[in-house]
Amino acid sequence: MADEISDSKPENPKCGHDAARRQFLKQSSVLTALAFTPGPVVQAAAAEWDEKIAAPFEKVGLKLAVNGKSYKLSVEPRVTLLDLLREQLHLTGTKKGCDYGQCGACTVHVDGKRVNSCLALAVMQDGREITTIEGLAKGDDLHPMQEAFIKHDGFQCGYCTPGQIMSAVACIREGKADSEGEIREFMSGNICRCGAYPNIVAAIQEVKTGGQKV
Amino acid sequence: MNQFQYVRPSKPKAAIDARAKDQNSQFIAGGTNLLDLMKRGVMNPERLIDISRLPLDKLERQNNTFRIGSMALNATVADDKQVLEKLPLLAQALNAGASAQLRNMATIGGNMLQRTRCPYFYDTALPCNKREPGSGCGALEGYNRMHAIFGFSDKCIAVHPSDMSVALVALDATVLVSGPKGDRRIPFAELHRLPGDMPQKDTTLETGELITAVEVPEGPFTKNVHYLKVRERASYAFALVSVAAALQLENNIIKDARLAMGGVAHKPWRLTEAEKSLVGKPATEATFQAAAAIAMQGAKAFKHNAYKLKLGPNAIVQALKNATNVA
Repeated sequence: MADEISDSKPENPKCGHDAARRQFLKQSSVLTALAFTPGPVVQAAAAEWDEKIAAPFEKVGLKLAVNGKSYKLSVEPRVTLLDLLREQLHLTGTKKGCDYGQCGACTVHVDGKRVNSCLALAVMQDGREITTIEGLAKGDDLHPMQEAFIKHDGFQCGYCTPGQIMSAVACIREGKADSEGEIREFMSGNICRCGAYPNIVAAIQEVKTGGQKV
Repeated sequence: MNQFQYVRPSKPKAAIDARAKDQNSQFIAGGTNLLDLMKRGVMNPERLIDISRLPLDKLERQNNTFRIGSMALNATVADDKQVLEKLPLLAQALNAGASAQLRNMATIGGNMLQRTRCPYFYDTALPCNKREPGSGCGALEGYNRMHAIFGFSDKCIAVHPSDMSVALVALDATVLVSGPKGDRRIPFAELHRLPGDMPQKDTTLETGELITAVEVPEGPFTKNVHYLKVRERASYAFALVSVAAALQLENNIIKDARLAMGGVAHKPWRLTEAEKSLVGKPATEATFQAAAAIAMQGAKAFKHNAYKLKLGPNAIVQALKNATNVA
């Protein structure tokens, strides 16, 4: 379950306990390491493992801003950003397709850059700003790219669509949407098995030439 | 994905110490290849040392040399105005690799250390000397259409997958490394190794050594360059064969030349003899054909990749034609 708190709310009382537990684990893992390796070197190294340390089974705290809202979360080191978004924050618009960085269904923006959230560890995103498909619309007003996808019927089965739209927005912001060839090249990290590509390209071209702010 | 311990050191030295003292640890930067391999059970580190926030992401240009921090992102370097102007071959190779999303995550240091995409390496049910030394090579007698035609051994016929590395070897780059024993510089051509009897070892790096930067001299190759990548679909796939070509021309006579191939060997494959054959000659198709023939000397194919013996020289000629606008 999400251990989610908006920054505007009071601190979770559990945090103090977690911090103490983490400190204990930090020390105990260092002691374990010391037991198996030559002393001075490990001590020197351990002294500078200062920013984050988490044992395999231990949940580690992190702060994220997702779609403009702040969260304090805790995750195991192996949890990906994709699984965090879907399983803990219940932002299921971001899709899990291949889970190996090959299909683009999981595309989100991290600090304004589009990435494959399936190949990003959540713990490594500490302090960053994430935008998912749920963060594009302003209330009932859809983002121009969402409008254009609807108008040009760029959906088909719809599973790849959130990732396609996140990439399409980034494509224009990156200045890589000046021609059909460039759009196709810079959208190639998003695979659509239905083959909605012509409609998607048309939607991007319309937004690009329409001059709306993306 | 199996469980692992996670540490994020704040200084390079702490990262190096942590790695040097723990054989079961791995550095993680972009993670685009390592997490892929961990999800498939090909690599199972017990500890990840997060180096992504170390202050190693600067891109500087001094005395006609670019110094690119190992944590710089592929997309950042490919889009840099000075790189586009002075090192267009590198920018082209970077943009030929992966997708826009992955180039926003992948780092320069990680790109050169990415592991082969040989299907026998990736499938843990199949034998692979690179993944599990002594288990055999499934590709040798298997479906080897993506595999090497140069420099292989009877232990491994996998190819190195990086496009960027093909450009860097052509441009005479140098890798800057910090390790438990101090700092050293490795000529790019000596970073990757041929498989020999130890295909599990991709590079000449020692345990705990951290790539901190790569230095690339500008050279005279700012105009007549081309990175040609031949793949099974128009974009976002690994190369069957790739060619980095860079020429310095004066009145259509070749003053200096660089040629390297990807997708043909266990390391980015520099074509020194073919380069020499180009110098002093006019930039014509006949010159390029002769160089391509020299480049392919010693190439040997397996059952399913004989097409590379023909595709290779054709790609070389085409890359040189594209670099020089010879029709």
